[in-house]
Amino acid sequence: MSHPTKQFKNPVLNWIEYRLPIFSLIDNSVGSGYPTPKNLSYWWNFGSLAGFVLVIMIATGILLAMQYTPHETMAFSSVEHIMRDVNWGWLIRYLHMNGGSMFFILVYIHVFRGVYYGSHKKPRELLWIIGVIILFIMIITAFLGYVLPWGQMSYWGATVITSMLSAVPVVGDDLTIWLWGGFTVDNPTLNRFFSLHYLLPFTILGLVILHVWALHEHKSNNPLGIDVQGPQDTIPFHPYYTVKDLFGVGVFLIFYLYFVFFAPNFFGEPDNYIPANPLLTPPHIVPEWYFLPFYAILRAFTVDIWGITAKLQGVVAMVMAVLLLAALPWLDGSRVRSMSFRPRSRIFFWTFVANCIFLGYLGGQVAEEPYVILGKISTAYYFAYLLIILPFVSRTEDVDEVPESISAAVSKQ
Amino acid sequence: MKTIRTTAIAAALILGVASGAQAATDAKEPETRDWTFNGVFGYYDEAQLRRGFQVFKDICNACHGLDYIAYRNLQAIGYTEDEVKAIAAEFEVRSGPDEDGEELNEDGDFLTRPALPFDKFNNPYPNENAAKAANGGSLPPDLSLINKARIGGANYTAALLLGYPEEMPEDAHIPDDKHYNDYFPGNAIGMPQMLFDEVVEYEDETIPMTAEQYAVDVTAFLQWAAEPELEERKSLGVVVMVFLFVLTWLFYKVKQQVWRDVH
Repeated sequence: MSHPTKQFKNPVLNWIEYRLPIFSLIDNSVGSGYPTPKNLSYWWNFGSLAGFVLVIMIATGILLAMQYTPHETMAFSSVEHIMRDVNWGWLIRYLHMNGGSMFFILVYIHVFRGVYYGSHKKPRELLWIIGVIILFIMIITAFLGYVLPWGQMSYWGATVITSMLSAVPVVGDDLTIWLWGGFTVDNPTLNRFFSLHYLLPFTILGLVILHVWALHEHKSNNPLGIDVQGPQDTIPFHPYYTVKDLFGVGVFLIFYLYFVFFAPNFFGEPDNYIPANPLLTPPHIVPEWYFLPFYAILRAFTVDIWGITAKLQGVVAMVMAVLLLAALPWLDGSRVRSMSFRPRSRIFFWTFVANCIFLGYLGGQVAEEPYVILGKISTAYYFAYLLIILPFVSRTEDVDEVPESISAAVSKQ
Repeated sequence: MKTIRTTAIAAALILGVASGAQAATDAKEPETRDWTFNGVFGYYDEAQLRRGFQVFKDICNACHGLDYIAYRNLQAIGYTEDEVKAIAAEFEVRSGPDEDGEELNEDGDFLTRPALPFDKFNNPYPNENAAKAANGGSLPPDLSLINKARIGGANYTAALLLGYPEEMPEDAHIPDDKHYNDYFPGNAIGMPQMLFDEVVEYEDETIPMTAEQYAVDVTAFLQWAAEPELEERKSLGVVVMVFLFVLTWLFYKVKQQVWRDVH
């Protein structure tokens, strides 16, 4: 092998490095050997923060699994056992519970940042697609996890979401029974959801390694969206971005732990502190806040068209709302990456962001006017932006003058 | 059959959502009270919790259980070990099977013994059906988590306990087994008004023996039952926050120092 190995004074380190060049791997990934654009803004902190939360989620999750019992008669009380009798159990559970919400806040910002600065565009398409797959698996993992405390919202949320599968033509009902392991959400469902909720985070971890690997092949994008042309455009990741990321971690922890210690149930539903009761439907079934935009899209389809049920339309639309993001590198046809130089795209982008937040608001409302019609309009804009507006505007708009190089733009400031 | 089930779920969803909206318009918004456990520096007033426990034991426990609390947990609100033993001994719990494997005595009743500190709180009914049968079909919910399990939390619980007006509105339709309550979703609640002035004897004569005072005290007790970790959580949180502000400020200074030459 011809790749450079590091030299150390310590012979033990040299011995290891010669046989397994792990130190140079680390150095080239997050150390001084990884050249990074010098102009990254704080929007670039969210990727590493998401990785940080993934580690917290896995660590707290493993600890919770040691005390949790995935059985319909014991799940709820085992969670209360964790909250009351296990040493620091309340802290570990609240870290995990709020960590889920934090994960989505960070990842949503991370995704919007990528859309705005064209981080998905050539040559980073595959990096982006892996990211969309991570988001998709994250959504499934979070849904499975929400079922585990076996409260009212766990049970009825699981019932509503899993019975969406019955919308699949011909085999839908059989598929649903297969997923449930019975004729309704029941103990077998809880057992398999627990098993999968433990498995999928490690799948995410594997995909994150691919995500970072792909990132390092062509290096980070940057707010100008132009390529690195030489060493004058870059600074080593360590110490510059390690210390900047650490500052980000500090700010994030203040935000995250505020909720953990002072408002731990802020993101939750009170109904989930009522044990699951298959005979009593809660008055208002809502998913966790981070699913509300997708829930609004699901409910926006109310009329059967050409024999295709409204339910099936909604389910397909909801899944496509996530998966369509994978096509962004081709939907956005601009020759300029960053929207900083694309005034018209910028307007539609921020409208899109506002619309996503509005969809979230609508997803939490009851299914009555004016929310139904607003949900339809808002859903229409979601897809129109991705399928019509962005492809058209990105190919036709006048772009501002793009700086020649990163170093030229930075020194001008 | 499958279609029926699917339709039932869809209908339950739609109707559920609609009735939720209906209920929301019927019930009054509970007033916001100034609890000691509110806010970043929130704490429990132990004397109040003990008064609340007294109300719970004398009134609520006649119908409601407190499944997640053991008698020993009462030491956390200021009872001594001996007091806890005495409180527990007031209640009977099942003791069987005995040495011969018998669960029942000669009369066919369950064998019992006085409760010990490690026992969970006495549940007034042997099971849910017995509880419903004794309460006109309504199930008195377990109160361990009630303040966490209701929108509005402690404010709601206190308001509900006092929410029985002398005259109910003329247009309210309340079934025979139910009672009118201003704050209960749908207004028809199984529980009658339970708190009246002077129904519980407080030792401390400076505390008024009013329904209002009982409601506030027992709600505070139930808050503790739902969140026994609250004081530890909030006081630790303050320390963690101070630490994080200093740490983050240091990170920021280091960042500035490292970045000072980058152009």
